[in-house]
Amino acid sequence: MTEQRVSYTLDSTLETVDSAEQAASRIASEAGFDDDEVMRIAMAVREAAVNAVLHGNAYDPGKKVSLAFERIGENLVITIRDQGKGLDPDKIPDPLAPENLLKTSGRGIFLIRSFMDEVQISPSQTGTEIKLIKHVPGAPGDVKEASQ
Amino acid sequence: MSMKTSTRQVNGVTIVDCSGRITLGEGSVTLKDVVRDLLSKGQKKILLNLGDVNYIDSSGIGELVSAFTTVRNQGGELKLLNLTKKVHDLLQITKLYTVFDVKDDEAGAIKSFS
Repeated sequence: MTEQRVSYTLDSTLETVDSAEQAASRIASEAGFDDDEVMRIAMAVREAAVNAVLHGNAYDPGKKVSLAFERIGENLVITIRDQGKGLDPDKIPDPLAPENLLKTSGRGIFLIRSFMDEVQISPSQTGTEIKLIKHVPGAPGDVKEASQ
Repeated sequence: MSMKTSTRQVNGVTIVDCSGRITLGEGSVTLKDVVRDLLSKGQKKILLNLGDVNYIDSSGIGELVSAFTTVRNQGGELKLLNLTKKVHDLLQITKLYTVFDVKDDEAGAIKSFS
């Protein structure tokens, strides 16, 4: 299977969030996902980019966001990395807990996990890397395809 | 496409017709400003018509929650009307669908305000 990789280095701005979403939408569509899945993938990337720009790099013009899309075997793998202090996923409150339902933030990671098949969050002192993985429809290992 | 709003009054209820995207930045700010403006005028019965809102992100969801609690804390009511499937699904998975009072019929929604 052909391995493909597209990568971007982006400023810590709101425009980056929109650009990341648009790139994800285009690449997911080209990979063969249907419209609903394209929307979910694009939203997951948008939320990850928001985290990178706001919470990771805190709009610091000296810090960049790197974004990469790769076709690895049967998966579309999207990697977003910031240069912030590092996000500890264990410290993110459950947005579905009754006491958190009316909070005005804290749903981004939850939505990302809801929309992707696999999510890996790797915090470090030099930033956070989040890897979003989605099985490509029709690929040999695609579960939905295999179960039909 | 950013978010646009227009307001109209029907039987003491302010209907805010929203269109576009409620996302981090302009869309969320627009919603916040509209609700704040209505409250400052004493208009506390607010029906957000989201029928033409085709996209909302976590920041937009947060802004809806903020609008809901802000209006409620001032003794008012904020309800949602005409959710698109995408917005409906998002509110379902975030368990907010039962928090908001969601309507799909404008006349019935207006009557439901106390």
